[in-house]
Amino acid sequence: MVSGTLSVDALLDKMASETRALITRRDLNDPLMIGIRTGGVWLAERLHRQLELTSPLGVLDISFYRDDFTQVGINPKVQPSQLPCATEGRDILLVDDVIMSGRTIRAALNELFDYGRPASVNLITLLDLQRRELPIQADVIGGTLALGPDQLVKLNGPDPLTLTIRQRD
Amino acid sequence: MNILISGGRVIDPAQSLDQITDLYISQGEIYAIGAAPEGFHADEVIDADGQIVCPGLIDLCTTLREPGQTRKGTIASETAAAAAGGITTLVVTPDTSPIVETAAVAELIQDRAADIGFARVLPMGALTQGLQGEQLAPLHGLASSGCIAFTNLRRPFGNSQILLRCLEYAATHDLLVVFQAQDGALAANGCMHDDTTSTRLGLNGIPEAAETIEVSRCLLLVEQTGVRAHFGQLSCERSVHMIEAARERGLQVTADVAIQNLLLTDECVNGFNSAYHLQPPLRSQLDRAGLRQGLVTGTISAICSDHQPHDPIAKQAPFAATEPGMSGLETLLPLSLQLVDQQLLELPQLIESLTSAPARILGLDAGTLEVGSQADICVFDPTAEWTVTEDNLRSAGKNTPFLGQTLKGQVNATLMDGRIVFRR
Amino acid sequence: MFEANDPNSIQLTADGQLRHFLTTEGLPRELLIEILDTADSFVDMGEQQVKKVPLLRGKTVANLFFENSTRTLSTFELAAKRLSADVLNLNINTSSTKKGETLKDTLMTLQAMHSDMFVVRHADSGAAHFIAQHVTPNVAVINAGDGRHAHPTQAMLDMLTIRRHKGDFAPLKVAIVGDILHSRVARSQIHALRTLGVDEIRVIAPKTLLPRHIEALGVKVYTEMASGLRDVDVIMMLRLQKERMQSALLPSEAEFYKLYGLNRDKLAYAKPDAVVMHPGPINRGVEIESEVADGPRSLILDQVTNGIAVRMAVMSKAMSGQLSQRAATDNESREA
Repeated sequence: MVSGTLSVDALLDKMASETRALITRRDLNDPLMIGIRTGGVWLAERLHRQLELTSPLGVLDISFYRDDFTQVGINPKVQPSQLPCATEGRDILLVDDVIMSGRTIRAALNELFDYGRPASVNLITLLDLQRRELPIQADVIGGTLALGPDQLVKLNGPDPLTLTIRQRD
Repeated sequence: MNILISGGRVIDPAQSLDQITDLYISQGEIYAIGAAPEGFHADEVIDADGQIVCPGLIDLCTTLREPGQTRKGTIASETAAAAAGGITTLVVTPDTSPIVETAAVAELIQDRAADIGFARVLPMGALTQGLQGEQLAPLHGLASSGCIAFTNLRRPFGNSQILLRCLEYAATHDLLVVFQAQDGALAANGCMHDDTTSTRLGLNGIPEAAETIEVSRCLLLVEQTGVRAHFGQLSCERSVHMIEAARERGLQVTADVAIQNLLLTDECVNGFNSAYHLQPPLRSQLDRAGLRQGLVTGTISAICSDHQPHDPIAKQAPFAATEPGMSGLETLLPLSLQLVDQQLLELPQLIESLTSAPARILGLDAGTLEVGSQADICVFDPTAEWTVTEDNLRSAGKNTPFLGQTLKGQVNATLMDGRIVFRR
Repeated sequence: MFEANDPNSIQLTADGQLRHFLTTEGLPRELLIEILDTADSFVDMGEQQVKKVPLLRGKTVANLFFENSTRTLSTFELAAKRLSADVLNLNINTSSTKKGETLKDTLMTLQAMHSDMFVVRHADSGAAHFIAQHVTPNVAVINAGDGRHAHPTQAMLDMLTIRRHKGDFAPLKVAIVGDILHSRVARSQIHALRTLGVDEIRVIAPKTLLPRHIEALGVKVYTEMASGLRDVDVIMMLRLQKERMQSALLPSEAEFYKLYGLNRDKLAYAKPDAVVMHPGPINRGVEIESEVADGPRSLILDQVTNGIAVRMAVMSKAMSGQLSQRAATDNESREA
């Protein structure tokens, strides 16, 4: 169990170097970075700068692809995804703040594939909460976190980026 | 058979009687009131303690559907319903199939009702052939065969000349004409009162003028011909004023109103509940108030049910595509009692509007408990509460907007011709 | 004595979610705004490469049009397909068989085929209510126009169009012009405009085309254009059907056009930045001059685009509400 504030900047440095290694190891060609709204976008902006990627940053909104739409309804404040380039045949670096059950990533993958067939999708997350309900893993992780049953973690941003852990009301 | 009805509050407006006393029936007639007659031995005793004993109700407008529309109702089912509602005389509309425009049909209906024996059925005859509003029907022959009055229902006349001639002919033979006043063109395609609610719901309205124009025309022609005339089931406050004015001028016209128009308004149609699709339509609060006032002042002297039973399909469609009418025999009494609860009328006045007043309008020797008169009697508990369900309605028509509601006032026994035709 | 039926008792779930969309009347302002916001995101999506979302994947939407309409039918069809639903189109002619029976039987048959949503257009006012309340309460019902009663999706796409061009509803003066008497569109527009809180709603028509007591709906009545259009921000024209000339309601199309047709001269009575709308299809030279219909102030084509987005928004909200209602009912019966 961890409490208090974790340093996002420190984690980002680690993630940037691991991503560089990933790009080399998998021989990714001019990778396209896409952040999942909202936390993933803030992180992707930082990583995009640190890694000095050529292709512009994309934004993915997965609200319409969620699998719990019948319970929570549709969020009326949805803005559309913005993908500046075609995804067909591209190597994609998908960025999100937290991976927990894996459902958000599943929705993101479904949406990405509606846009076209990428060459590869590589997943980068800041935190892994290790409570999978689907067989999905991240390729680069900032850190793992085991939360108590009544605890929540939240990424605040966009500047500065900080993590807070608090008790559920 | 000798019957004693004991300990009830006997209310007979015709005799101005209202007291707790005993009623003795013998050989189909009221034998005595009050002290037991010498040598009277009751074969049957009805304990009416805590209950009202009044003349059997006379319903001025009902539809029994037989002959011709028996999937909606039969003389057997509907007279059974009447008996359960304390109604012993039913005036029925001529729109059967075939229409009541021949002696044969008039006699058929009365014979059938007599065979079944639950209630007296008095047919109204068609005023014009086929109710088409063009040619006179054989009024005199129909009257000889038992038609108590003549009407063209809400169907239009070809022109005023034809109407005038029909009235003159009826007047010749001193026959009673019943008007259900409605101007055909103004009411065409309408299914509810023309006002704010119909505007909001996008339903075709029947304007007030549809009734008042026809009431006006009929009053003028009644005055000219001197025919005996009655206005059935008024729905507008304006109509009440017109009839009041005519009566003040000396014209002896009478009027009745259906109980639902005294209690409900067009706002009930919100939500498109087809149970409220009625003709005449439920109108505005102002109209309801005017009708209620008309009852108090006596311009309207009688209340009826306007009973129209329907098969379920008739009401299962978008509002305008449904058939109008509600099943009302078994709710007539408890709904009418609400007028007493609401302090609009005293109980004896209410009973008058359901018994001696209809009898007077029809020129019938009925609607009274005077010694020697036919023993048509209703015994009811004014405080008993019951919930209207499809199962406890004896009518074939379950089409009432009061389904599921709890009403107060329940008939415990009904006698016709000194026979018990209903007992709870 | 007896309470009038609240239209919302049937349209909303116990916790206020939309489950049938039958009329704009009586819906809370927040809900109308949610529909507009959701529709906004679908409009933006319509301009993207990927126009489909999987919100209604696996669901069957049956379009039941008892009144012919190619336009409305095709926008609903497109909206359902963009939500990834399976679509069934049924154009039903009611002239042959007895009306009430056909409607109920048709619907029971469709229910047996497990449709999740009905989009219904019918010539009788209250038809959508009848279906939602008495025939198939478990199927989400979207009213595509019933008699003269309501056309709520048209009203909402009109509201979206107004909002996208004018922003805030509060200061707007809106005029509805034409055959108000026979118009379900006008009624739905009036309810929506009132709920959204515009400054003033006006109706402009000859008396023969105005319903009695229309003021009770919260509008000001004008019978001529010069005063009716003064200071108006939004002009909503209505269709005039040819039949009206046959029933002593109007003498001729020419006279109607002269008095109520929107041409450039009459447009000048309104504010300089006033916009012009029409639900379509337009009768050029009867309701509106070509130059105005095709001109810079006309939002008629935007209305069409917005129509698809609004229908997508309404359909997905109603489906979600209906599914959560079903889940709640299932839970109740399990617990019982």
